Amino acid sequence: MQPIPRTLRVLTWVSAALFAVALLMTLFYAPREAVMGDVQRVFYFHVASGWVGALAFLVAAVAGVIYLLRGSRRWDAVGLASVEIGLAFTLANLISGSVWARPIWNTWWTWDPRLVTASVMELVYIAYLLLRQGIEDPDRRARFGAVYAIIGFLSVPLTFLSIRIFRTIHPVVVGNNDPTAQGTFDMSPPMLQTFLFSLFVFTLLYIVLLWHRVRMQALAEAVEQRKMKLLSA
Amino acid sequence: MTSGAASPRAAARARGYLRAVGAVVWKDLAAELRSRELLSGMLVFALLVILIFNFALELDLATRQTVTSGVLWVTFAFAGTLGLNRSMAVERDRGCLDGLLLAPVDRSALYFGKALGNLAFMLIVEAIVLPAYSILYSVNLFHPGLVGVVLLGSIGYAAVGTLLASMAVQARTRDVLLPILLFPVVLPVLISAVKATNAVLLGLEAAELWPWLNLLIAYDVIFTSAAFMLFDFVVEE
Repeated sequence: MQPIPRTLRVLTWVSAALFAVALLMTLFYAPREAVMGDVQRVFYFHVASGWVGALAFLVAAVAGVIYLLRGSRRWDAVGLASVEIGLAFTLANLISGSVWARPIWNTWWTWDPRLVTASVMELVYIAYLLLRQGIEDPDRRARFGAVYAIIGFLSVPLTFLSIRIFRTIHPVVVGNNDPTAQGTFDMSPPMLQTFLFSLFVFTLLYIVLLWHRVRMQALAEAVEQRKMKLLSA
Repeated sequence: MTSGAASPRAAARARGYLRAVGAVVWKDLAAELRSRELLSGMLVFALLVILIFNFALELDLATRQTVTSGVLWVTFAFAGTLGLNRSMAVERDRGCLDGLLLAPVDRSALYFGKALGNLAFMLIVEAIVLPAYSILYSVNLFHPGLVGVVLLGSIGYAAVGTLLASMAVQARTRDVLLPILLFPVVLPVLISAVKATNAVLLGLEAAELWPWLNLLIAYDVIFTSAAFMLFDFVVEE
């Protein structure tokens, strides 16, 4: 068995340490928001996990394209790993958003474009896992997974657009703002620093997790091959 | 010389391609004409769904105005999965797909043939369900605009549905899998088709209708071309 690569081991510890720093920053460094109070602090991790979720699904679609072109199993492992990580982070995004929405919008859930798109995205990639589960032949599983990752990713912006045509109440903190949105605020410099730092840490965390998961998949396949060899001998 | 010879050859190739597409569509329609398994199943199912909606939603006059488009599209979507599953399962079960794949034609011709066949079945069912709904609930559904909306929505549904159904039938959990794969992806079609149908039925201005039609057209174009490119990988053995 191959040992964990040195770079990966270092990155794992670095990302753990930076994550702790990010947590401390959101809790103590970032100032208390004047109107919403402490619940606003969920924003830093909420947006960061939403970003990682979208990034992960994009990576899965790109890995799908490369797999279909090259046929190397390695890219299938990247796609699967990315979808699994994306699901976890999108779920974190949805739950943290709900926690914030309860006091600010006075409801756990509302049918806003971003909320619906995030939950539909979650469902698309759960379907992806179910599809893979139903297929035994590893080559076909990889091919179908790649096709569905591409189709699913293409549909996400259209889903967003189709619900966007209704009015949204979700705040747009980064970029220009819609006056009808509820729960907006302007970021002070310490808030902006915390926010950007969280984005960076979550992205790093994604890369580390992806690497670990791809490596695990390679190991699982090696075990599978040895098992086959043993059984046939 | 080459350019002069290339264009008739290209024209001949295009003719051959269209003939292959036509042959697949014809095969599906002829088989259906003889057995009537698929259409009768889809139709009875669609009418049952409408019947159930009547009791579930208590479709009195006031509600009818607002929910008609939703009821119709949910019915089409459900009946559509039934048809898609069946049309691909037939190919799979009796080894027809292998025969089709052996034919010396471009694989995408098979895709377009199957997709057009599925679209035809959906349109036939819709052509019967719409007047039936109209009579049962005395809602006037005879609008020229509605034909366009139904056509655009069905094209998008059949384009993605055919691709996903040909994956689902090759999986162990095939019947359960298709709606799970299809519905989250086809959601933009259903949303904009419902909204566009509503705009047509309530006689809203064109400005209310066009964003939805544009979205439907965009979806149809994007997903037909994506499915066209990806179908090869789905049937590859």
